[in-house]
Amino acid sequence: MKVEQISVFLENRAGRLAEVAEILGKNGINIRALSLADTTDFGILRLIVNDREKAKEVLKEAGFTVGITEVVAVEVDDEPGGLAKILTPLSEEGINVEYMYAFVEKSRNKAVLIFRFENTDKAIEVLAKNNITILDGEQVYSL
Amino acid sequence: MIFEPEFECMPPDELRILQLYRLKRQLRRVYERVKPYREKMEKAGVKPDDIKSLEDIKYLPFTTKDDFRENYPYGLFATDMEEIVRVHSSSGTTGKPTVVGYTKRDLETWATLTARVLAAGGVRKRDIVQIAFGYGLFTGGFGLHYGVEKLGATVIPVSSGQTKRQIMIMKDYGTTALVCTPSYALHIAETLEEMRIDPKELKLRVGLFGAEPWTESMRQEIEKRLHIDATDNYGLSEVMGPGVSGECIEAKSGLHIFEDHFYPEIINPETGKPLPEGEWGELVITTLTKEGLPLIRYRTRDITKLYREECPCGRTLIKMAKPSGRTDDMLIIRGVNIFPSQVEEALLEIEGASPHFQIVVDRKGHLDEMEVWVEASEHLFFDSMRKQKELLDRITDHLQQSLGIKVKVKLVEPKTLERTSGKAKRVIDRRDLPKYVPEKYLKN
Repeated sequence: MKVEQISVFLENRAGRLAEVAEILGKNGINIRALSLADTTDFGILRLIVNDREKAKEVLKEAGFTVGITEVVAVEVDDEPGGLAKILTPLSEEGINVEYMYAFVEKSRNKAVLIFRFENTDKAIEVLAKNNITILDGEQVYSL
Repeated sequence: MIFEPEFECMPPDELRILQLYRLKRQLRRVYERVKPYREKMEKAGVKPDDIKSLEDIKYLPFTTKDDFRENYPYGLFATDMEEIVRVHSSSGTTGKPTVVGYTKRDLETWATLTARVLAAGGVRKRDIVQIAFGYGLFTGGFGLHYGVEKLGATVIPVSSGQTKRQIMIMKDYGTTALVCTPSYALHIAETLEEMRIDPKELKLRVGLFGAEPWTESMRQEIEKRLHIDATDNYGLSEVMGPGVSGECIEAKSGLHIFEDHFYPEIINPETGKPLPEGEWGELVITTLTKEGLPLIRYRTRDITKLYREECPCGRTLIKMAKPSGRTDDMLIIRGVNIFPSQVEEALLEIEGASPHFQIVVDRKGHLDEMEVWVEASEHLFFDSMRKQKELLDRITDHLQQSLGIKVKVKLVEPKTLERTSGKAKRVIDRRDLPKYVPEKYLKN
């Protein structure tokens, strides 16, 4: 029920993000989803890839600081109110979202939301109770 | 004006007699009363009675900052705590700070010596002296404060910071003399310009600056921008604080050392051998009159030279050149002494592992700014921005607490900090500070 996400520490310097993309591309790693949180000095890049072990290995080799975190992927219909349907029950149960990002799957007319919760297990419980589709790792990596 | 001409203008041969008398007395006292000194002398095979001339001082062992650490906090004091009436200490909670103690008589002497410094720098009884040094454990504020009173001038103990308020006071209270660090003097000049106040509207006449090294070009800039005469003065808390030496306003070249209270030597910092007058090396000071914390051959780590010349001010005291560099890696940031090892220890305390770091010092405008660049290793890195920022704040707070100054912490990618032959280069100092030529004395 959980998805592994890769995070990379980036200094705010020109071309650093391009370098990450290039290393992954050269090693045949496909990026499924991505988000970048930044400050004036540095950024945290978060990625869902098809081969996280290899991604971690090649990025570390290139000198990047890499972390792996468990996140939750949720699928909703790509229509108005889709996000609210998920967030409302979470907020009612007092579940905090650390951060989230989303992407749309045109072919299936669905949206996939990636969540990082403070308490992942509790969040999964609440989502399941509300009949929200949770994707497992393999489903996301191979999207 | 000379505050104590009977001492400051003493004929050199008479001065030497006084120095030897006081040195012998001091040696007998520390030998009897301070166990660490007695042990060191015994180990070196010298007794106080073996010292028969001032030159014999070279047979005595040095005292260093390590002696302070090993005998923390009061182990080097030569009197009972009952006789100690004041304590000052170096900043910092990391490692062991150096603690110094003064008897009633020491405070009297200290006030007299800072009064000498002030008089040499042009301060008179009618002056209004604004002290913008920190008051507290740091010796700068209190040290000069009592000198102003001793001299009979008026003291405004503003303490450091709050530049606009400093300027308001300067303007409204009619300050004629400013006491602070030279870089802060320039910061004041800059703030005056921002506030569109012409320094000519102020009554400021003289400035006495110390607690950090500064260049001759900085003096010219300060004098031009503040319309004052600027002089340098020197001291270190271990020895006493300000009041060890000071420039006279007449010559503004070299700092007269108050030799009747401090016996100065210059040594080769590598061999420890004394160097003749006129040669550059490390300044070593023996206190001749201190009761609470006498120091025998204390290695200041400051690089300078000693020379005697006929001075237009009339003082016969030996002069030291403006300190130019250090024989250790100590940094002086806004007048506060910082060792890179303090940063390392503080980082270790917070994360339990020693990350690679680098200290970057620069002058923004005229104020020193210190940044600590830390490599973001895996255990210092989070996928959540909130946690990442919390960690950064925690490191910043802890460093500020330990060092006693404001620090900016910056995370950088691993392996990006410069290393020299595999070893981390700990400090990058981009300030324009006086640097003396013999590189061999300046480690790394």
